[in-house]
Amino acid sequence: MIPALHSYGTVLHGMIFGLHGIVFGTTLPTLPDSVTFFIAAVIVLVGGIGVVVSRNPVHSALWLVACLFGIAVMFLLQDASFLAAVQIIVYAGAIVVLFLFVIMLLGVDRPESIGSDPLKAQRPLAILFGLGVLGGSLLLGFTAKWESGAKSQAGRAVGGSTNEVQKLGKAVFSIYLLPFEATAALLTIAVVGAVLLTMHANRTTENSKPYEDPKPYEDPVPDGYRSRQGLVANADEEVDLVDKELDVK
Amino acid sequence: MIHTAFLIPLLPLCGFVILLLFGRRLGDPVAGWVATALVAASFVVTLITFAGLVGLPSSERHFIQPWFTWISTPTFHSKIALLIDPLSIFMALFVTGVSALIHLYSIGYMKKDPEYHKFFVYMNLFVFSMLMLVLADNLLLCFLGWEGVGLCSYLLIAFWYGRDSAASAGKKAFIYNRIGDTGFLIAMFLIFEKLKTLNYLSIFSHVNQLSPGIVTAIVLLLFLAATGKSAQIPLFPWLPDAMEGPTPVSALIHAATMVTAGVYLMVRFSPLLHLTPDARWVIAVIGVVTAFVAATIACAQNDIKKILAYSTVSQLGYMFLAVGSGAYVAAMFLMIAHAFYKALLFLGAGSVIHGMGDAQDVKRMGGLRRFMPITYATFLVAWFGIAGIPPFVGFWAKGSVLVAAFEFSPILWVLGAITAILTAYYIGRGITLTFLGKSRWEGANGSDLGSNGFTPHESPRIMLIPLYVLSVCVILGGFINLPFHPSFVFLSHWFIPVLYPIHLGAVGVGGEWALSLGDVVLALTGVWLALHFWRVLSDRPALEPRFLQLGWYVDKFYDRAVANTGTELASQMSSKIEVATIDGAVNGVPELLGLLGGWLRKAQTGFVRSYALAIALGLFGLLIYIATRATL
Amino acid sequence: MSIPGSWYLTLAALLFSIGVVGILVRRNVLIMFMCIELMLNAANLTLVTYARMLNDIGGQVLVFFVLVVAAAEVVVGLGVIVSIFRRAKSTTADDLHILKG
Repeated sequence: MIPALHSYGTVLHGMIFGLHGIVFGTTLPTLPDSVTFFIAAVIVLVGGIGVVVSRNPVHSALWLVACLFGIAVMFLLQDASFLAAVQIIVYAGAIVVLFLFVIMLLGVDRPESIGSDPLKAQRPLAILFGLGVLGGSLLLGFTAKWESGAKSQAGRAVGGSTNEVQKLGKAVFSIYLLPFEATAALLTIAVVGAVLLTMHANRTTENSKPYEDPKPYEDPVPDGYRSRQGLVANADEEVDLVDKELDVK
Repeated sequence: MIHTAFLIPLLPLCGFVILLLFGRRLGDPVAGWVATALVAASFVVTLITFAGLVGLPSSERHFIQPWFTWISTPTFHSKIALLIDPLSIFMALFVTGVSALIHLYSIGYMKKDPEYHKFFVYMNLFVFSMLMLVLADNLLLCFLGWEGVGLCSYLLIAFWYGRDSAASAGKKAFIYNRIGDTGFLIAMFLIFEKLKTLNYLSIFSHVNQLSPGIVTAIVLLLFLAATGKSAQIPLFPWLPDAMEGPTPVSALIHAATMVTAGVYLMVRFSPLLHLTPDARWVIAVIGVVTAFVAATIACAQNDIKKILAYSTVSQLGYMFLAVGSGAYVAAMFLMIAHAFYKALLFLGAGSVIHGMGDAQDVKRMGGLRRFMPITYATFLVAWFGIAGIPPFVGFWAKGSVLVAAFEFSPILWVLGAITAILTAYYIGRGITLTFLGKSRWEGANGSDLGSNGFTPHESPRIMLIPLYVLSVCVILGGFINLPFHPSFVFLSHWFIPVLYPIHLGAVGVGGEWALSLGDVVLALTGVWLALHFWRVLSDRPALEPRFLQLGWYVDKFYDRAVANTGTELASQMSSKIEVATIDGAVNGVPELLGLLGGWLRKAQTGFVRSYALAIALGLFGLLIYIATRATL
Repeated sequence: MSIPGSWYLTLAALLFSIGVVGILVRRNVLIMFMCIELMLNAANLTLVTYARMLNDIGGQVLVFFVLVVAAAEVVVGLGVIVSIFRRAKSTTADDLHILKG
């Protein structure tokens, strides 16, 4: 699609597509696709940064929702509409709500100071390593030409006569059946574990003191050792007595 | 009949396991009866197997009975397998027979010992090991038995480990035997290196692949092992000390069976000995010199068991003289004869010690003839047996050894003949001092009945039965190999398939008669000398020089040369080298680790975010690593 | 022509790095937890992208499983946080450093 520059009305269109061409090179994606991508990408990145820099945990959670929506759009763009729906329902709908619920439950929905870090080297090192991880991943992408591995091992993701949900369902219930069953067990364990954690907490709240640093550990060995030795000596005597009895018999 | 042969060693092993597990519960005397019954059963199985062999033509009289594969590597295989042939079954026969009798005797002798069952545990283990030694079909398995009997010997010598002397005697026996075992091991290595097998039959069928030098080396190395186990010069001083063990042990292990293992080994390797006259000269000379030296020492001992111990060393020397002379049958003959009369002597001595309340000094006995007539009678039988008075077994056995020695070398014969006089003399001295003359023990007070002391008593019947049986064996044992006519030499015929007899220009029938007559004269001389010197007087310092009492100072020499040097070296090591190097290293390592740990614990800040930082660093490194790998 | 995979991957890398930095700099365990979710989502995006690029449904299946695991993780993780809060009265990670060497 070579933009036409003849008419004034198409100048804006041409500028967008020119930028488009510069960014994507000669083989161009369709304009709606690229526009959607950029908007969603901005949402994802702003959402992610928002999570990190918000002073209030409630705001962080809301930025997380924005980020998750952006990701869902990315899924849609890549023909994974089912996953996009699950993403919104499970992540945004359930997990983030759970986060918010816990924040409210604990009553920590107040802004906190993030101006400085008590661990002095932490912040610069964090940014350094964050950039390092970014650079490393991109370097890995470049060196591998962004793509490596065999194609269509577990079945095709696009094309064919079946739709995407059918493909996913077929894969999950055939070659991924065992991991699928394992996730069932995992969920059960997680639920039981969560119940157990809270039950335990309930039981201990009655007679447990608020948390405080423990006192320095005192070695109880000397006394115990003495008493244990006494015990052993007695046991020896007993054994001797038993032996004598046996001998008499 | 043959295929039940594996029961021969298995039954004593069962006894060992049963007594090990339940011995304490079975207690006195059931444990002893169990042990005796199993050894006796083993004897019966041996008899059956023996009968089976007798029923076969002599060329077919050998069987290998494999049990299971023991070691299997690409280059080396070893099976637990029994070799049943005339030699091994003969050994097994007398080992189980004598063992059964001595077990029976021990039931009485060990009565009321606090560790009664343990004694029989060891005894059964010993019988098992000894049978593995003689029945093994390869050198490695034989070595297992060899070490097994060594271990049992150690355990039984030190049976009364509460006594310091017993404990150190056990250690002494163990160490002397280890020196000999080195020879056994090196010989095994050498054989395996050259022939790639340790199986007897393969070794003997490929013996012509060995150069004469190697054969001599192998034989001499095995002989080194034999000198350890059979108490020959230079490794003999452990045997007299081994008398610290209970008397049945002395009779079984240190007279009748285990100490003859060396002779058995030499006889087993007769196909190799056959090829190396040099080594046989060494064996014969060491044998006769040992026989002579030990006999002289025995003449000056006062402990009844020490006399018998040196006598054993001397008799074993005779056996090696026979082996060296190539008269393997004579060696085996003397071995079984010796097993009979020496076991009889030891059991008699045990009976005396038992009756005298644990006294062993013959100078403090005397006149016991009236108190223990049966023991006295059996002692006399044994004396005539060992002295070589016809028709007792010793006459025939020692006679054949001396004839062979004469044929091999008249010089060796002379030394052997002198030893024969000494043999008759020192046993006679012991018997005269013990049973004849005046009673000299404390409390005897000139009167024959101990007035304020105690009265010696005859032993219980259970201890006397073995004495009767062995007496019969000593009297009639000679008939297994009578030299008068070729059809009477049963033993020689029996061994034809396995032994390589060497004939060296026989002395002829006339010569044999003359030598036999000479033997009788020598024996009677010894007997007369003993009676003459010791019947009345019990103290003749001229005949008991300190030099002989202390056993030619061999112990002192070893103490000075080996023990003191070793102690000095060890003390230097412990005071100088160990402190600097070993302690330094041992203490240094934990100190270093402590330092390192103190340094590393600073990394454990307790802050989760610090750990996350480390993870991020690791992730970064991992990414870089994979990225660079992808380009390469 | 659709968007090249490299752009999705670059976006995922950016999002992942944001998550890393967030975990390292924030002290509130709840927000650290959200940063973990960010990283998981970056990984999910990568998986979906590769599912398309390699035309392999396995990538999408894996995302499905990651969602399940994430749900389980959040349930247990938040349970732990509640439990800690009851004892320590705080959701600040730095306050929990008694395992100091």
